[in-house]
Amino acid sequence: MSPLALVASGSFEPPSAYDFWHPLVGDGPFALTRPMILIAFSVLVLAVFFLVTSNRRAMVPGKLQFAAEGVYGFVRNGVALDILGRREFRPYVPMLFTMFTLILVNNVFGIIPFIQYPTFSRIAFPIALTLIVFVVYHAIGIRRRGLGGYFKSLMPAGVPIILAPLVYLLELATYFITRPLTLALRLFANMFAGHMMLLVFALGGEYLLLHTDSVVLQAASIGSFLMFILMTFFELLVQALQAYVFVLLAAFYIAGSLEDAH
Amino acid sequence: MEGSLNAVGYGLAAIGPAIAVGLIFAAYINGVARQPESRGLLQPIAILGFALAEALAILGFVLAFVLG
Repeated sequence: MSPLALVASGSFEPPSAYDFWHPLVGDGPFALTRPMILIAFSVLVLAVFFLVTSNRRAMVPGKLQFAAEGVYGFVRNGVALDILGRREFRPYVPMLFTMFTLILVNNVFGIIPFIQYPTFSRIAFPIALTLIVFVVYHAIGIRRRGLGGYFKSLMPAGVPIILAPLVYLLELATYFITRPLTLALRLFANMFAGHMMLLVFALGGEYLLLHTDSVVLQAASIGSFLMFILMTFFELLVQALQAYVFVLLAAFYIAGSLEDAH
Repeated sequence: MEGSLNAVGYGLAAIGPAIAVGLIFAAYINGVARQPESRGLLQPIAILGFALAEALAILGFVLAFVLG
């Protein structure tokens, strides 16, 4: 059978969005699902790790303390200090650091054997984090300039009066729709698509190896599994990058609210 | 042949962001090659541009599923 005929015959079921639905207890909207357990587990892991490393700190850091300080230093200096500026970055470091570590650990869950589920491939989780960022950057802006002043400050300076209403509408859409939408969807879609891609190679390879009777197709499964391994490493890169991009954008949005004038 | 045309549409839609991301990183590499010290300054800017260009691809990806 040719590969196309194989797909057309309908015996191979490609992975779909339903492969991400894993209820453990119950079903329907109030089911206890696998990502819920995983995010609770990740909070536990992070809390224990950072409590242990910060309680047993020494002048000469051990390996664990070095790792913990490295991650903290990366977020503090590489993101908060660079984007928010020396004067005001301090209050926002804990939030950015928590988000970065939470996203990183939950993303890496996607490729850890036996866990293998990126929590943020369920859209509700990125939405929850995005809501926090959304409230924070608007709250900072409103607290700085007052409600009217904040909405006035969304207007970029130096726009010709004829274009002003159009530009203002676009800016409003950017701040209230595009920014939160893309922030949540970016994390979700990257995790979802990445995991789906791994599923395609794993399930496709398994099908070729075990459910076909031609030797050529069975040999082709080696290529599929090789791609699976390669893509797993690529996923690790994407997962770390997305955690970084999320906090970078969050810091960037907060910096926009901290600025005196646009 | 079966399948969703949405996948083809998304493939076409991804060309634009793909070129954009390529251009951004080409510019970043160029900048760092000319002025290696500027790396720390350019990196967040490059990643930011990448994230903004990628947003379009993400919207296309989600629409491909939603409209399916």
